[in-house]
Amino acid sequence: MHEMSLAEGVLQIVEDAAGEQGFARVRTVVIEIGQLSSVEPEAMRFCFDAVTRGSLAEGAVLEVIEVPGSGLCLSCDRTVPLAALYDPCPLCGGFPVQPTGGTEMRVKELEVD
Amino acid sequence: MCTTCGCAAGETRIEGETDDATHEHWHVHADGSAHAHPHAHAGEHAHGHGGLRYAPAPHAHVHRHADGTVHAHPHAHDAAVPHEAAVAHEHAHPHAHPHGAEHGHGETGAADALHYGHGPAGAHAPGMTQARMVQIERDILAKNDAFAAANRKRLAEQGIFALNLVSSPGSGKTTLLCRTIDALRTRFPIAVIEGDQQTSHDAERIRATGVPALQINTGKGCHLDAAMVGRALQKLAPADESLLFIENVGNLVCPAAFDLGEAHKVAILSVTEGEDKPLKYPDMFRAAQLMLVNKVDLLPYVSFDLERAVEHARRVNPGLRVICVSATTGEGFDDWLAWLEHGLAAQRAQKQETVAGLRRRIAELEEKLVALSR
Repeated sequence: MHEMSLAEGVLQIVEDAAGEQGFARVRTVVIEIGQLSSVEPEAMRFCFDAVTRGSLAEGAVLEVIEVPGSGLCLSCDRTVPLAALYDPCPLCGGFPVQPTGGTEMRVKELEVD
Repeated sequence: MCTTCGCAAGETRIEGETDDATHEHWHVHADGSAHAHPHAHAGEHAHGHGGLRYAPAPHAHVHRHADGTVHAHPHAHDAAVPHEAAVAHEHAHPHAHPHGAEHGHGETGAADALHYGHGPAGAHAPGMTQARMVQIERDILAKNDAFAAANRKRLAEQGIFALNLVSSPGSGKTTLLCRTIDALRTRFPIAVIEGDQQTSHDAERIRATGVPALQINTGKGCHLDAAMVGRALQKLAPADESLLFIENVGNLVCPAAFDLGEAHKVAILSVTEGEDKPLKYPDMFRAAQLMLVNKVDLLPYVSFDLERAVEHARRVNPGLRVICVSATTGEGFDDWLAWLEHGLAAQRAQKQETVAGLRRRIAELEEKLVALSR
Protein backbone atom coordinates (compact mmCIF):
# COMPACT_ATOMS: atom_id res chain seq x y z
CA MET A 1 0.00 0.00 0.00
CA HIS A 2 0.98 3.61 -0.59
CA GLU A 3 4.62 2.72 -1.21
CA MET A 4 5.01 5.94 -3.22
CA SER A 5 4.17 8.08 -0.17
CA LEU A 6 6.58 5.99 1.86
CA ALA A 7 9.33 6.31 -0.75
CA GLU A 8 8.84 10.08 -0.61
CA GLY A 9 9.11 9.85 3.16
CA VAL A 10 12.43 8.04 2.75
CA LEU A 11 13.72 10.72 0.37
CA GLN A 12 12.64 13.43 2.80
CA ILE A 13 14.58 11.76 5.62
CA VAL A 14 17.63 11.48 3.35
CA GLU A 15 17.40 15.15 2.36
CA ASP A 16 16.98 16.22 5.99
CA ALA A 17 20.06 14.18 6.89
CA ALA A 18 21.97 15.82 4.00
CA GLY A 19 21.15 19.23 5.50
CA GLU A 20 22.24 18.19 8.98
CA GLN A 21 25.33 16.18 8.12
CA GLY A 22 26.53 17.86 4.95
CA PHE A 23 26.76 15.30 2.19
CA ALA A 24 25.94 15.79 -1.45
CA ARG A 25 25.38 12.34 -2.81
CA VAL A 26 23.81 9.15 -1.54
CA ARG A 27 24.92 5.74 -2.82
CA THR A 28 22.98 3.32 -0.66
CA VAL A 29 19.89 3.67 1.49
CA VAL A 30 19.27 0.86 3.99
CA ILE A 31 15.72 0.50 5.23
CA GLU A 32 14.04 -1.96 7.55
CA ILE A 33 10.61 -3.21 6.54
CA GLY A 34 8.65 -5.47 8.86
CA GLN A 35 6.79 -8.44 7.47
CA LEU A 36 3.60 -7.19 9.15
CA SER A 37 3.92 -3.57 7.97
CA SER A 38 1.91 -4.15 4.76
CA VAL A 39 4.75 -2.78 2.65
CA GLU A 40 5.85 -4.66 -0.45
CA PRO A 41 9.66 -4.44 -0.74
CA GLU A 42 9.45 -4.79 -4.54
CA ALA A 43 6.92 -1.95 -4.86
CA MET A 44 9.09 0.10 -2.49
CA ARG A 45 12.16 -0.35 -4.73
CA PHE A 46 10.19 0.65 -7.82
CA CYS A 47 8.80 3.77 -6.14
CA PHE A 48 12.17 4.69 -4.63
CA ASP A 49 13.74 4.76 -8.10
CA ALA A 50 10.91 6.93 -9.34
CA VAL A 51 10.97 9.54 -6.57
CA THR A 52 14.75 9.85 -6.29
CA ARG A 53 15.20 10.78 -9.95
CA GLY A 54 16.78 14.23 -10.09
CA SER A 55 17.54 14.19 -6.35
CA LEU A 56 20.77 13.69 -4.40
CA ALA A 57 19.83 10.00 -4.15
CA GLU A 58 19.42 9.45 -7.89
CA GLY A 59 20.70 6.01 -8.81
CA ALA A 60 21.18 5.03 -5.17
CA VAL A 61 20.69 1.39 -4.22
CA LEU A 62 17.80 0.68 -1.89
CA GLU A 63 18.72 -2.16 0.46
CA VAL A 64 15.70 -3.63 2.17
CA ILE A 65 16.18 -5.58 5.40
CA GLU A 66 13.04 -7.63 5.91
CA VAL A 67 12.22 -8.10 9.57
CA PRO A 68 10.19 -11.25 10.27
CA GLY A 69 6.91 -10.92 12.11
CA SER A 70 6.52 -12.18 15.65
CA GLY A 71 3.78 -12.05 18.22
CA LEU A 72 2.70 -13.00 21.71
CA CYS A 73 -0.04 -15.63 21.72
CA LEU A 74 -2.60 -14.62 24.32
CA SER A 75 -3.87 -18.21 24.50
CA CYS A 76 -0.62 -20.06 25.27
CA ASP A 77 1.43 -17.01 26.37
CA ARG A 78 4.41 -17.79 24.12
CA THR A 79 6.24 -15.59 21.61
CA VAL A 80 5.75 -17.13 18.18
CA PRO A 81 6.65 -16.32 14.56
CA LEU A 82 3.78 -14.59 12.77
CA ALA A 83 3.40 -14.36 8.98
CA ALA A 84 0.21 -12.29 8.82
CA LEU A 85 -1.70 -10.11 11.26
CA TYR A 86 -4.73 -12.39 11.53
CA ASP A 87 -2.93 -15.75 11.60
CA PRO A 88 -3.62 -18.13 14.48
CA CYS A 89 -0.83 -19.20 16.85
CA PRO A 90 1.34 -21.80 15.05
CA LEU A 91 1.89 -23.66 18.33
CA CYS A 92 -1.55 -23.90 19.90
CA GLY A 93 -3.82 -22.68 17.07
CA GLY A 94 -5.35 -20.05 19.34
CA PHE A 95 -6.39 -16.43 18.82
CA PRO A 96 -5.42 -13.73 19.17
CA VAL A 97 -1.70 -13.27 18.65
CA GLN A 98 -0.57 -9.77 19.60
CA PRO A 99 2.12 -8.58 17.14
CA THR A 100 5.36 -7.69 18.92
CA GLY A 101 7.84 -7.46 16.03
CA GLY A 102 7.85 -6.96 12.27
CA THR A 103 5.66 -3.86 12.12
CA GLU A 104 8.55 -1.42 11.61
CA MET A 105 9.32 0.73 8.59
CA ARG A 106 12.42 2.79 9.16
CA VAL A 107 15.48 4.23 7.45
CA LYS A 108 18.43 2.58 9.14
CA GLU A 109 21.55 3.98 7.52
CA LEU A 110 22.98 5.66 4.45
CA GLU A 111 26.18 5.31 2.48
CA VAL A 112 27.07 8.78 1.32
CA ASP A 113 29.83 10.71 -0.47
CA MET B 1 0.94 7.17 -5.03
CA CYS B 2 -0.16 3.69 -4.27
CA THR B 3 1.11 0.96 -6.48
CA THR B 4 -1.95 -0.90 -5.29
CA CYS B 5 -4.57 1.63 -6.22
CA GLY B 6 -2.65 3.79 -8.68
CA CYS B 7 -3.27 7.05 -6.88
CA ALA B 8 -0.69 9.76 -6.24
CA ALA B 9 -0.02 12.68 -3.91
CA GLY B 10 -0.18 16.16 -5.19
CA GLU B 11 -3.14 18.09 -6.43
CA THR B 12 -4.38 18.37 -2.87
CA ARG B 13 -6.91 21.15 -2.57
CA ILE B 14 -8.44 22.54 0.55
CA GLU B 15 -11.60 24.55 0.08
CA GLY B 16 -10.92 28.27 0.16
CA GLU B 17 -7.22 27.94 -0.64
CA THR B 18 -6.02 28.93 -4.08
CA ASP B 19 -3.88 26.62 -6.15
CA ASP B 20 -0.93 29.01 -6.16
CA ALA B 21 -0.81 29.10 -2.39
CA THR B 22 2.56 29.78 -0.84
CA HIS B 23 4.49 26.72 0.19
CA GLU B 24 7.93 25.69 1.34
CA HIS B 25 10.74 24.92 -1.05
CA TRP B 26 13.51 22.68 0.14
CA HIS B 27 16.84 23.09 -1.60
CA VAL B 28 19.81 20.82 -1.32
CA HIS B 29 22.81 22.52 -2.82
CA ALA B 30 25.67 20.80 -4.49
CA ASP B 31 27.93 21.58 -1.56
CA GLY B 32 25.64 19.61 0.70
CA SER B 33 24.06 22.55 2.46
CA ALA B 34 20.32 22.59 2.44
CA HIS B 35 17.72 25.20 3.18
CA ALA B 36 14.05 25.81 2.76
CA HIS B 37 12.23 28.96 1.77
CA PRO B 38 8.59 29.79 1.26
CA HIS B 39 7.65 30.12 -2.34
CA ALA B 40 4.53 31.23 -4.15
CA HIS B 41 3.66 29.45 -7.31
CA ALA B 42 2.66 32.36 -9.49
CA GLY B 43 5.68 33.36 -11.53
CA GLU B 44 9.03 34.66 -10.43
CA HIS B 45 10.62 34.47 -7.04
CA ALA B 46 13.81 35.59 -5.41
CA HIS B 47 15.67 34.07 -2.53
CA GLY B 48 18.76 34.88 -0.54
CA HIS B 49 21.67 32.64 0.35
CA GLY B 50 23.52 33.73 3.45
CA GLY B 51 27.05 32.53 3.87
CA LEU B 52 26.95 29.81 1.27
CA ARG B 53 29.67 29.08 -1.23
CA TYR B 54 28.87 29.09 -4.91
CA ALA B 55 30.65 28.68 -8.17
CA PRO B 56 29.58 31.66 -10.29
CA ALA B 57 28.88 29.30 -13.16
CA PRO B 58 25.32 28.31 -13.91
CA HIS B 59 24.28 25.52 -11.62
CA ALA B 60 21.24 23.50 -10.84
CA HIS B 61 18.86 23.71 -7.93
CA VAL B 62 17.02 20.68 -6.69
CA HIS B 63 13.56 21.56 -5.48
CA ARG B 64 11.38 19.42 -3.38
CA HIS B 65 7.79 20.61 -3.48
CA ALA B 66 5.34 20.34 -0.64
CA ASP B 67 3.44 17.78 -2.65
CA GLY B 68 6.49 15.58 -2.69
CA THR B 69 7.52 16.02 -6.30
CA VAL B 70 11.18 16.73 -6.83
CA HIS B 71 12.79 18.47 -9.75
CA ALA B 72 15.88 20.42 -10.61
CA HIS B 73 16.37 23.46 -12.76
CA PRO B 74 19.49 25.34 -13.74
CA HIS B 75 20.01 29.04 -13.15
CA ALA B 76 22.83 31.52 -13.58
CA HIS B 77 24.07 34.20 -11.24
CA ASP B 78 24.41 37.85 -12.12
CA ALA B 79 28.09 38.37 -12.87
CA ALA B 80 28.03 41.75 -11.11
CA VAL B 81 27.21 40.13 -7.79
CA PRO B 82 30.35 39.28 -5.84
CA HIS B 83 30.55 35.66 -4.84
CA GLU B 84 32.55 35.76 -1.68
CA ALA B 85 31.92 33.32 1.06
CA ALA B 86 29.80 34.70 3.88
CA VAL B 87 28.33 37.36 1.60
CA ALA B 88 24.60 37.02 1.33
CA HIS B 89 23.25 37.60 -2.11
CA GLU B 90 19.95 37.60 -3.86
CA HIS B 91 19.18 36.00 -7.11
CA ALA B 92 15.99 35.56 -9.00
CA HIS B 93 15.09 32.82 -11.31
CA PRO B 94 11.94 32.42 -13.27
CA HIS B 95 9.97 29.50 -12.04
CA ALA B 96 6.62 28.94 -13.62
CA HIS B 97 5.15 25.55 -14.09
CA PRO B 98 1.68 24.15 -13.79
CA HIS B 99 0.77 22.53 -10.51
CA GLY B 100 0.30 18.84 -10.58
CA ALA B 101 2.03 18.46 -13.91
CA GLU B 102 4.82 15.99 -14.41
CA HIS B 103 8.29 17.41 -13.85
CA GLY B 104 10.23 15.86 -16.63
CA HIS B 105 13.10 18.32 -16.56
CA GLY B 106 14.78 16.89 -13.50
CA GLU B 107 16.65 14.13 -15.23
CA THR B 108 20.08 15.71 -15.40
CA GLY B 109 19.89 18.57 -12.91
CA ALA B 110 21.51 17.00 -9.87
CA ALA B 111 24.15 15.25 -11.96
CA ASP B 112 25.14 18.62 -13.44
CA ALA B 113 25.66 19.98 -9.97
CA LEU B 114 28.02 17.41 -8.54
CA HIS B 115 30.98 19.05 -6.77
CA TYR B 116 33.51 16.54 -5.56
CA GLY B 117 35.72 19.27 -4.12
CA HIS B 118 33.29 20.03 -1.32
CA GLY B 119 33.82 16.80 0.60
CA PRO B 120 35.34 16.72 4.08
CA ALA B 121 38.86 16.88 2.61
CA GLY B 122 37.99 19.84 0.38
CA ALA B 123 39.50 18.05 -2.59
CA HIS B 124 38.90 15.02 -4.69
CA ALA B 125 41.45 12.73 -6.28
CA PRO B 126 40.31 10.39 -9.03
CA GLY B 127 39.62 6.96 -7.68
CA MET B 128 39.52 8.20 -4.09
CA THR B 129 36.11 7.86 -2.63
CA GLN B 130 34.78 9.93 0.23
CA ALA B 131 31.97 7.47 0.88
CA ARG B 132 30.99 6.95 4.49
CA MET B 133 28.14 5.42 6.39
CA VAL B 134 25.61 7.56 8.21
CA GLN B 135 23.39 6.05 10.88
CA ILE B 136 19.87 7.36 10.56
CA GLU B 137 17.35 5.11 12.39
CA ARG B 138 14.36 7.23 11.54
CA ASP B 139 10.79 6.08 11.05
CA ILE B 140 9.55 6.56 7.52
CA LEU B 141 6.26 7.92 8.81
CA ALA B 142 7.98 10.17 11.38
CA LYS B 143 7.07 13.38 9.53
CA ASN B 144 3.39 12.47 9.40
CA ASP B 145 3.51 11.38 13.04
CA ALA B 146 5.00 14.74 14.06
CA PHE B 147 2.15 16.60 12.34
CA ALA B 148 -0.31 14.17 13.97
CA ALA B 149 1.17 14.86 17.41
CA ALA B 150 0.76 18.61 16.84
CA ASN B 151 -2.88 18.10 15.81
CA ARG B 152 -3.51 15.87 18.84
CA LYS B 153 -2.01 18.50 21.17
CA ARG B 154 -4.18 21.25 19.70
CA LEU B 155 -7.31 19.07 19.94
CA ALA B 156 -6.52 18.18 23.56
CA GLU B 157 -5.93 21.83 24.49
CA GLN B 158 -9.30 22.73 23.02
CA GLY B 159 -11.06 19.69 24.52
CA ILE B 160 -12.19 18.55 21.06
CA PHE B 161 -13.14 14.87 20.60
CA ALA B 162 -11.97 13.98 17.08
CA LEU B 163 -12.85 10.80 15.20
CA ASN B 164 -11.35 9.52 11.97
CA LEU B 165 -14.07 7.68 10.04
CA VAL B 166 -12.70 5.07 7.67
CA SER B 167 -14.45 2.62 5.33
CA SER B 168 -14.82 1.49 1.74
CA PRO B 169 -16.62 3.87 -0.60
CA GLY B 170 -20.39 3.44 -0.34
CA SER B 171 -20.57 2.13 3.23
CA GLY B 172 -22.89 5.00 4.12
CA LYS B 173 -20.44 7.21 6.06
CA THR B 174 -21.96 10.53 5.01
CA THR B 175 -25.58 9.41 5.58
CA LEU B 176 -24.55 8.09 9.01
CA LEU B 177 -22.87 11.41 9.79
CA CYS B 178 -25.89 13.46 8.73
CA ARG B 179 -28.19 11.46 11.02
CA THR B 180 -25.68 11.67 13.89
CA ILE B 181 -25.40 15.44 13.47
CA ASP B 182 -29.20 15.84 13.41
CA ALA B 183 -29.42 13.97 16.69
CA LEU B 184 -26.62 15.86 18.49
CA ARG B 185 -26.23 19.33 17.03
CA THR B 186 -28.50 21.08 19.51
CA ARG B 187 -26.45 19.61 22.36
CA PHE B 188 -22.81 20.08 21.31
CA PRO B 189 -20.92 22.12 18.74
CA ILE B 190 -19.99 19.82 15.82
CA ALA B 191 -17.62 20.33 12.87
CA VAL B 192 -16.70 18.05 9.97
CA ILE B 193 -13.63 17.64 7.74
CA GLU B 194 -14.47 15.76 4.54
CA GLY B 195 -11.84 13.95 2.48
CA ASP B 196 -12.52 12.87 -1.11
CA GLN B 197 -10.48 12.66 -4.28
CA GLN B 198 -12.73 15.12 -6.07
CA THR B 199 -15.91 17.22 -5.60
CA SER B 200 -17.26 18.96 -2.52
CA HIS B 201 -20.57 17.05 -2.60
CA ASP B 202 -20.07 15.55 0.85
CA ALA B 203 -19.17 18.85 2.53
CA GLU B 204 -22.27 20.40 0.94
CA ARG B 205 -24.43 17.58 2.33
CA ILE B 206 -22.97 18.16 5.80
CA ARG B 207 -23.37 21.94 5.60
CA ALA B 208 -27.04 21.39 4.74
CA THR B 209 -27.45 19.96 8.27
CA GLY B 210 -26.33 23.33 9.67
CA VAL B 211 -22.83 22.54 10.97
CA PRO B 212 -19.53 23.86 9.56
CA ALA B 213 -17.75 21.50 7.15
CA LEU B 214 -14.57 21.76 5.11
CA GLN B 215 -13.78 19.66 2.06
CA ILE B 216 -10.27 18.42 1.34
CA ASN B 217 -9.77 17.08 -2.18
CA THR B 218 -6.78 14.79 -2.27
CA GLY B 219 -6.49 14.78 -6.07
CA LYS B 220 -4.64 11.63 -6.90
CA GLY B 221 -4.06 10.90 -3.20
CA CYS B 222 -5.64 7.85 -1.60
CA HIS B 223 -5.71 9.04 2.02
CA LEU B 224 -5.75 12.12 4.25
CA ASP B 225 -2.48 12.85 6.02
CA ALA B 226 -1.85 14.76 9.23
CA ALA B 227 -0.48 17.87 7.46
CA MET B 228 -3.70 18.22 5.42
CA VAL B 229 -5.79 17.90 8.58
CA GLY B 230 -3.59 20.45 10.37
CA ARG B 231 -4.23 22.99 7.63
CA ALA B 232 -7.94 22.15 7.66
CA LEU B 233 -8.06 22.68 11.45
CA GLN B 234 -6.60 26.16 11.05
CA LYS B 235 -9.16 27.05 8.42
CA LEU B 236 -12.19 25.41 9.99
CA ALA B 237 -11.30 26.56 13.55
CA PRO B 238 -13.63 24.14 15.37
CA ALA B 239 -15.10 25.42 18.66
CA ASP B 240 -13.66 24.44 22.05
CA GLU B 241 -15.12 21.25 23.52
CA SER B 242 -16.74 20.26 20.24
CA LEU B 243 -17.15 17.00 18.38
CA LEU B 244 -15.03 16.77 15.22
CA PHE B 245 -15.64 14.15 12.55
CA ILE B 246 -12.94 13.56 9.95
CA GLU B 247 -14.44 11.56 7.10
CA ASN B 248 -11.46 9.94 5.39
CA VAL B 249 -11.21 9.02 1.72
CA GLY B 250 -13.24 5.85 1.04
CA ASN B 251 -10.40 3.31 1.08
CA LEU B 252 -9.77 0.41 3.43
CA VAL B 253 -6.03 0.22 2.80
CA CYS B 254 -3.97 3.41 2.97
CA PRO B 255 -5.70 5.53 5.65
CA ALA B 256 -4.80 2.84 8.22
CA ALA B 257 -1.14 3.88 8.24
CA PHE B 258 -1.64 7.64 8.55
CA ASP B 259 -2.34 8.96 12.03
CA LEU B 260 -4.22 12.26 11.79
CA GLY B 261 -4.11 13.13 15.51
CA GLU B 262 -7.61 11.77 16.14
CA ALA B 263 -8.78 10.24 19.41
CA HIS B 264 -10.03 7.10 17.65
CA LYS B 265 -10.40 5.57 14.23
CA VAL B 266 -13.93 4.31 13.63
CA ALA B 267 -14.26 1.68 10.88
CA ILE B 268 -17.61 1.38 9.16
CA LEU B 269 -18.58 -1.90 7.54
CA SER B 270 -21.95 -2.16 5.82
CA VAL B 271 -23.90 -5.40 5.52
CA THR B 272 -23.94 -5.08 1.72
CA GLU B 273 -20.19 -5.85 1.80
CA GLY B 274 -18.56 -9.21 2.54
CA GLU B 275 -18.25 -10.38 6.14
CA ASP B 276 -14.63 -11.35 5.44
CA LYS B 277 -13.55 -7.72 4.84
CA PRO B 278 -11.83 -7.51 8.24
CA LEU B 279 -9.62 -10.44 7.17
CA LYS B 280 -9.02 -9.04 3.70
CA TYR B 281 -8.08 -5.59 5.02
CA PRO B 282 -6.72 -6.38 8.50
CA ASP B 283 -4.66 -3.19 8.92
CA MET B 284 -7.72 -0.97 8.99
CA PHE B 285 -9.69 -3.10 11.43
CA ARG B 286 -6.63 -3.40 13.64
CA ALA B 287 -6.13 0.38 13.71
CA ALA B 288 -9.77 1.06 14.66
CA GLN B 289 -11.13 1.18 18.21
CA LEU B 290 -14.78 0.95 17.16
CA MET B 291 -16.50 -0.83 14.26
CA LEU B 292 -19.93 0.33 13.19
CA VAL B 293 -21.83 -2.31 11.23
CA ASN B 294 -24.08 -0.12 9.10
CA LYS B 295 -27.26 -0.76 7.07
CA VAL B 296 -28.45 -3.48 9.48
CA ASP B 297 -32.01 -2.75 8.30
CA LEU B 298 -31.02 -4.64 5.11
CA LEU B 299 -29.95 -7.83 6.96
CA PRO B 300 -33.12 -9.77 5.97
CA TYR B 301 -32.35 -9.18 2.28
CA VAL B 302 -28.62 -9.98 2.12
CA SER B 303 -26.53 -13.06 2.91
CA PHE B 304 -24.28 -11.15 5.35
CA ASP B 305 -23.39 -13.24 8.41
CA LEU B 306 -23.19 -10.69 11.21
CA GLU B 307 -21.72 -13.05 13.77
CA ARG B 308 -18.92 -14.14 11.47
CA ALA B 309 -18.14 -10.53 10.51
CA VAL B 310 -17.70 -9.63 14.17
CA GLU B 311 -15.64 -12.77 14.79
CA HIS B 312 -13.37 -11.91 11.84
CA ALA B 313 -12.91 -8.36 13.07
CA ARG B 314 -12.07 -9.52 16.62
CA ARG B 315 -9.59 -12.04 15.25
CA VAL B 316 -7.62 -9.10 13.84
CA ASN B 317 -8.34 -6.79 16.77
CA PRO B 318 -9.46 -8.52 19.99
CA GLY B 319 -10.27 -5.25 21.78
CA LEU B 320 -12.51 -3.91 19.02
CA ARG B 321 -15.85 -2.50 20.16
CA VAL B 322 -18.76 -3.23 17.79
CA ILE B 323 -22.05 -1.34 17.44
CA CYS B 324 -24.71 -2.32 14.85
CA VAL B 325 -26.56 0.64 13.37
CA SER B 326 -28.83 1.71 10.56
CA ALA B 327 -28.47 5.27 9.35
CA THR B 328 -31.84 4.87 7.59
CA THR B 329 -34.01 3.63 10.50
CA GLY B 330 -31.90 4.89 13.41
CA GLU B 331 -31.55 1.39 14.87
CA GLY B 332 -28.60 1.14 17.27
CA PHE B 333 -28.14 4.91 17.37
CA ASP B 334 -28.71 5.08 21.13
CA ASP B 335 -25.51 3.07 21.70
CA TRP B 336 -23.51 5.01 19.11
CA LEU B 337 -24.61 8.41 20.43
CA ALA B 338 -23.89 7.32 24.00
CA TRP B 339 -20.39 6.25 22.95
CA LEU B 340 -19.82 9.67 21.35
CA GLU B 341 -21.12 11.54 24.41
CA HIS B 342 -18.92 9.50 26.70
CA GLY B 343 -15.82 10.21 24.57
CA LEU B 344 -16.53 13.93 24.38
CA ALA B 345 -17.17 14.13 28.13
CA ALA B 346 -13.81 12.45 28.80
CA GLN B 347 -12.00 14.84 26.44
CA ARG B 348 -13.67 17.85 28.08
CA ALA B 349 -12.80 16.59 31.56
CA GLN B 350 -9.17 16.20 30.52
CA LYS B 351 -9.08 19.77 29.25
CA GLN B 352 -10.67 21.06 32.47
CA GLU B 353 -8.08 19.16 34.44
CA THR B 354 -5.27 20.66 32.38
CA VAL B 355 -6.68 24.16 32.78
CA ALA B 356 -7.20 23.70 36.51
CA GLY B 357 -3.69 22.28 36.85
CA LEU B 358 -2.15 25.23 35.01
CA ARG B 359 -4.08 27.72 37.15
CA ARG B 360 -2.83 26.01 40.31
CA ARG B 361 0.73 26.12 39.00
CA ILE B 362 0.46 29.82 38.11
CA ALA B 363 -0.84 30.56 41.61
CA GLU B 364 2.10 28.66 43.13
CA LEU B 365 4.62 30.48 40.96
CA GLU B 366 3.07 33.85 41.77
CA GLU B 367 3.34 33.07 45.46
CA LYS B 368 6.99 32.18 45.04
CA LEU B 369 7.62 35.35 43.07
CA VAL B 370 6.01 37.49 45.77
CA ALA B 371 8.09 35.71 48.43
CA LEU B 372 11.31 36.25 46.47
CA SER B 373 10.71 39.90 45.68
CA ARG B 374 10.09 40.81 49.31
